[in-house]
Amino acid sequence: MTEQANTQDLLSIEDLSIVYEVDGETTYAVNGLNITLKRGETLGLIGETGAGKTTTALGIMGLVPNPPGRVVSGKVVFDGEDLLQMPKEKMRGVRGNRISMIFQDPMTSLNPVMTVGEQIAEVILIHEGVSKKASFQKAGEMLEMVGIPAVRAGDFPHQFSGGMKQRVVIAIALACNPDLLIADEPTTALDVTIQAQVLDLMKDLKSRYNTAMILITHDLGVVAQVCDKVAIMYAGEVVESGDIRDVYENTKHPYTRGLFGSIPDLDHSVGRLNPIKGMMPDPTDPPSGCKFHPRCPDATATCAASEPAPVLTETGHVARCLMLQSMVEPTDVNRVQG
Amino acid sequence: MSQEMTLDPAQGQLDKSPAKGAPKKRSQWLEVWHRLKRDKMAMLGLLIITLVVLAAIFADVIADYETVVIAQNLSDRLQGPSAQYWLGTDEFGRDIFARIIHGTRVSLMVGVLSVAIAIVMGGGLGAVAGYYGGKIDNVIMRVMDIFLAVPSILLAIAIVSALGANLMNLMLAIAISSVPTYARVVRASVLTIRDQEFIEAARAIGASDLRIIFRHIIPNCLSPVIVQGALGVAGAILSTAGLSFIGLGIQPPEPEWGAMLAGGRQYLRHAWHVTTFPGLTIMITILALNLLGDGLRDALDPRLKH
Repeated sequence: MTEQANTQDLLSIEDLSIVYEVDGETTYAVNGLNITLKRGETLGLIGETGAGKTTTALGIMGLVPNPPGRVVSGKVVFDGEDLLQMPKEKMRGVRGNRISMIFQDPMTSLNPVMTVGEQIAEVILIHEGVSKKASFQKAGEMLEMVGIPAVRAGDFPHQFSGGMKQRVVIAIALACNPDLLIADEPTTALDVTIQAQVLDLMKDLKSRYNTAMILITHDLGVVAQVCDKVAIMYAGEVVESGDIRDVYENTKHPYTRGLFGSIPDLDHSVGRLNPIKGMMPDPTDPPSGCKFHPRCPDATATCAASEPAPVLTETGHVARCLMLQSMVEPTDVNRVQG
Repeated sequence: MSQEMTLDPAQGQLDKSPAKGAPKKRSQWLEVWHRLKRDKMAMLGLLIITLVVLAAIFADVIADYETVVIAQNLSDRLQGPSAQYWLGTDEFGRDIFARIIHGTRVSLMVGVLSVAIAIVMGGGLGAVAGYYGGKIDNVIMRVMDIFLAVPSILLAIAIVSALGANLMNLMLAIAISSVPTYARVVRASVLTIRDQEFIEAARAIGASDLRIIFRHIIPNCLSPVIVQGALGVAGAILSTAGLSFIGLGIQPPEPEWGAMLAGGRQYLRHAWHVTTFPGLTIMITILALNLLGDGLRDALDPRLKH
């Protein structure tokens, strides 16, 4: 399903590679990434810290800090146009207008010396060519929409709580009614009750405006709650992706299985959590073959030698594992159910 | 989908929101003012500066320029302080008090304007250097280093002697010699603000570089510039006095504190008041500006916020 880049796709990332070059050392942050997203769909991008999730998001936005970052290859086709080839001026018209982004920490992503109303109005002013007054008017409406009284538009960020600040950030992101919203760990800095509120709000607004969303997180529960599709990232690659139900129920990749295995189970009492052994590989020196093989319980010599290609599983999602290419015999435990 | 967005109650409130927003915006400065008010020394400084400013504004009401300030009256020369001449008279019989009052105009104008010129030039250069970094930063800051390598008073002397001694050139000379200071201050704060997430967020909403610099970065690095500016006015007044003292600043018969010092210098043995009062005026004004500057530094420091 990822192969066919049909015109219906809102976003299709093909073979995207991004590196950071510092003092002659190259960090391979994103390696040959493929993602497709249709209008109104929500994709959960899951991975450990350092898996390249945020770099992918910045890559889509054209905001990879350069230097040291550099997009080496690939295409980011958004609504039929390659964003990576787009001239700077035009790209500025896309950012905040058609694609917008929510940052991880609402405490630092608002300007401390501007009122929240001004900050929401700013994005409207930049993109919609309306008068100052009209933009403030709309800013107030956006505030109401995220559940903050419009009279507070004249308040400064430090007068708001963390959850309310994130609501303001969401209001900024949705102010121009974007086609795609990238949310980079939008709830990580918030406590659990506020997390639920913010997620509900995003889910609600998203469905109301038919906005596609990429939700970056390392919380599998959040993804299950909000997303239609999921992509599991490991060392800059998507190792398993597809329809959320399918990936969660017919997990094929040993890494994804490891992720689920590390979630504590309420029904069984366990003494210790069950983490995936080992560490993320050093991104300046990625392992040969399958990037996951040093940590994979099923790895064989073949895994170190050849790189797995994405394979369409029989239930319809994509995974990258040599077991699926029948180049490695699956062990009994992990036998693929026919 | 737009129906939900135009909520009626929201619109009702919105008409009021700009009015409501305005006083809240000022409240940040009100907060600074409240903190400043607690600082007794800064308030003393502010009081003195207010008096100096009032003296400059109402100088013509206090003493007429043509008949009192520059008209010579040789029969009354070098008189000590008396009821008629509060601070005595100078070597040409002119009222020193009146000349000091009129001298505030020049000192304040040169002080404030040269600092303003320096902030605009230095601030702009510093902001560009800090924001873009790399080669641009290197070129700008090395040029600033060259300026810093020449003592600022020497630089000012060189500029005035090259361009000629008049008010405009004096301001320009003092401004140029303090440009590197502001460039450094602004660059340093831009560097810390540039990497904050809200700048990235501003980029993510499609803001241009100019917009990011002017709307997001500069307002966030105003406080060190304000402090530096208050202290800078003191420095500029001192430089004006210094340049006038050596004859490169304001030309006689126009009253200027430094020039008055220079004029009275040879009569120091018989007429102490000719040099003492202008000197005291310079000292008190500079002290007041420095006190206010220090107070502002404390009041603007976000770490001291309760």
